[in-house]
Amino acid sequence: MDPRICDGRVPVNKIIPFSAVDGPGNRTAVFLQGCGFNCRYCHNPETRAVCINCGLCVSKCPAQALTMEEGLVTFHPEKCVSCDTCIHTCPHDASPRIRFLNPSETLKEILKNTPYIRGVTVSGGECTTYPVYLRVLGELCHQEGLGFLLDSNGSYDFEKDEAKLLPAIDGVMLDVKAFDPSEHERVTGVSNEMVLKNLHVLAEHGKLYEVRTVVAPDLFQAEQTVRAVSRVLKPYLPIARSQTTGEVRNIRYKIIKYRPMGVRSTYRDMTVPQDDFLQHLSDIAKSEGIEDVIII
Amino acid sequence: MRQPFVEVRNMRDISMERVNKTRETMLETVKSATLTHEQKVATMANLADSMLEVLDLPEGLSELLDQPIDRQCICDLSEGHAPLRPRYIIPDYSAFFKNGSKFLNLDPPTNLYEAINDLEIIYRHVPSVTNFPVYVGALDKLLDPFVQDMDEEQAYQIIKLFFINMDRTILDSFSHGNLGPEDTKAGRIILRAIRDTKDAVPNMTVKYDPDITSDDFALDCVRAALASAKPSFGNHQMFKGELGEDYVIASCYNGLKYGGGSYTLVRLILGNIAKRAANTKDFLENQLPYVMDIQARYMDARIKFIVEESGFFENNFLAKEGLIHRDKFTAMFGLVGLADAVDILLEKEGHPEWRFGHSDEATKLGVQIMDVIDHFNQNHFNPYCEATGGHFLLHAQVGIASDIKVTPGTRIPIGEEPENLVDQLEVLSHFHHYFPSGTGDIFPIDMTVHRNPEYVLDIIKGAFKQNLRYLSFYASDSDVIRITGYLVKKSEIEKLERGENVKHDTTALGMGAKHNGHILERKVR
Repeated sequence: MDPRICDGRVPVNKIIPFSAVDGPGNRTAVFLQGCGFNCRYCHNPETRAVCINCGLCVSKCPAQALTMEEGLVTFHPEKCVSCDTCIHTCPHDASPRIRFLNPSETLKEILKNTPYIRGVTVSGGECTTYPVYLRVLGELCHQEGLGFLLDSNGSYDFEKDEAKLLPAIDGVMLDVKAFDPSEHERVTGVSNEMVLKNLHVLAEHGKLYEVRTVVAPDLFQAEQTVRAVSRVLKPYLPIARSQTTGEVRNIRYKIIKYRPMGVRSTYRDMTVPQDDFLQHLSDIAKSEGIEDVIII
Repeated sequence: MRQPFVEVRNMRDISMERVNKTRETMLETVKSATLTHEQKVATMANLADSMLEVLDLPEGLSELLDQPIDRQCICDLSEGHAPLRPRYIIPDYSAFFKNGSKFLNLDPPTNLYEAINDLEIIYRHVPSVTNFPVYVGALDKLLDPFVQDMDEEQAYQIIKLFFINMDRTILDSFSHGNLGPEDTKAGRIILRAIRDTKDAVPNMTVKYDPDITSDDFALDCVRAALASAKPSFGNHQMFKGELGEDYVIASCYNGLKYGGGSYTLVRLILGNIAKRAANTKDFLENQLPYVMDIQARYMDARIKFIVEESGFFENNFLAKEGLIHRDKFTAMFGLVGLADAVDILLEKEGHPEWRFGHSDEATKLGVQIMDVIDHFNQNHFNPYCEATGGHFLLHAQVGIASDIKVTPGTRIPIGEEPENLVDQLEVLSHFHHYFPSGTGDIFPIDMTVHRNPEYVLDIIKGAFKQNLRYLSFYASDSDVIRITGYLVKKSEIEKLERGENVKHDTTALGMGAKHNGHILERKVR
């Protein structure tokens, strides 16, 4: 592990000041580095691994924005020209363009965007890799009157919740990559046992904001997944509640079209689903009683 | 009784060379293949007017005004040499509905059919610099009483036809209707009509006040804006605080008094004034004050002619019937190119790396320039601007089609917008408050926001807390788009580019702005 991940600091890949696509309204989106899944269609594979300081990218950087300091790859954002040479060079699916921030340092960045935002969404990578950081950041955001959502692959055990994360978050946007265990392994390389458990646990606690399925027809039977997820959700509707506004809303099902942008070259030529197929999936979810379904 | 013919003093001679040049342009106008009949008549009238020389022009004006666009310091926006009416007229349509009109032989309306018919009639009789009404009323408030007991679907059908009628008969998109701040049945129907018709005319603004306007209504406004580039959002609390409850938004985004208007709008071209200056000190202490003084006195001369000699306020039925009041008029002291001036001056000071929109030093200089202009305006007195304390109102003008390398108002130039919208908004927040008679910024919005209109509303709410005045949004893939302050359909510009006739005169302005002002290249948010 990188020695800079200490004193509550975690590797932050990127902070997007205004985002229209990471939850309700305008939100600041914080992307953390590192994810244990290996989804073939991952559109930001450079966020998967944490840098091992091999230094291969340093000499390739055309802007001298990367240096080696005491054995650690160090990023100088003011010099970066965003050419992405480093992430294309990296053989480990990591990025050297990382800042190590603790929750209060992150909050300081977030507060630059008030009063234009209603909340914060932490994504990744897989944000629940750092549950204690999330709990503290969530509490800080709530103190500022900002909503706090997570975008997660569901690998953290929300039932045990050892980091006491649930009270500090408004909800989770949970990826269900595939309902069938073997299909899930094919898509992600790991089991979905925890994901499916979390689907129930989060819905029960009123903390399931949204479920997302990326539709990649070459990898799994999307109809079956959409139908099965909808059936799990049905008994819990409508119980997602915003902690900041107290507003009760339905759990949303977001059906996402696989697009090759950003995907690793070996997986880039998978079939992009047709719009009428996505509409068909939306119809399935609606016929199972999910009212709030959107296609992106 | 018929007024005696007013003898015009000081009608100066002009050269035969100028007469002949004008006659040639008139003949070209007659033969034009692209102008419609109405556009030809309006152009001919302007050309005839251009041969009159009756105003008492301040000394030194010509050297600042009659120049090519890279040197011109004062621009009167083709208002004419002997203005026969105020530039912008804001009739009190509520008084019209209450009393009817003797001149038009109309009784007060008693139902929606009559109300809309009356409006369609009076619009033909509201003059302006464009010869079309620049203000068509607070349409929700005007129509709401008539839709209360009506089937909603039927009311929608009628109001939709009303909007189609406006688009096809008011042939200029500097024509503006208002909504809000309250949520009304008529307002909802109007938003639906806007979404469905997707037309350029009329321009619309919702007066937005988070304490009065419901989120639900505001979101309906956002959805309409993403479908048809309107309404824009005006900061109701800010306008109300400056102009009083009886303000309206007209033409592009101009805050003016209901039942009044603006005699004139003349603009400073700040970038060209900066070119004359040796350095920032010379600009602030000598060049800018010199040009402002001449512009203000030029406006005084125009106003004096309109009020004292044109006979407009004595003879026009709008004034006679109390639909407009001379003492509710003011005038707009305009400017463009704050960004250009700041960049030119910083370069002269040896700091070309500090660009407007990208450095605190540039923002600071921009504020310093605006303070000098504001201070000048607060100390200039015009006897016919009682409605606004005897002063003109500052106006961030949006530019005209022939502007080349002139940045609208206090905007950041297209192509130089900061990467993050939050940084752009921060810069704008220093400048909007100077302009009660209008300023605004425009943001094309990515398609994905169609799923998340709350994103736009959050930005509006935050922006108004930060003292921004006026924001416009449109979907980046929309056919109808906001050019600078007015709306045009991209498909109509393409028609004009192919040499076909188009009904709205503003389409030609949009085509100019597309080529000279790069308005299709704004940063998508």
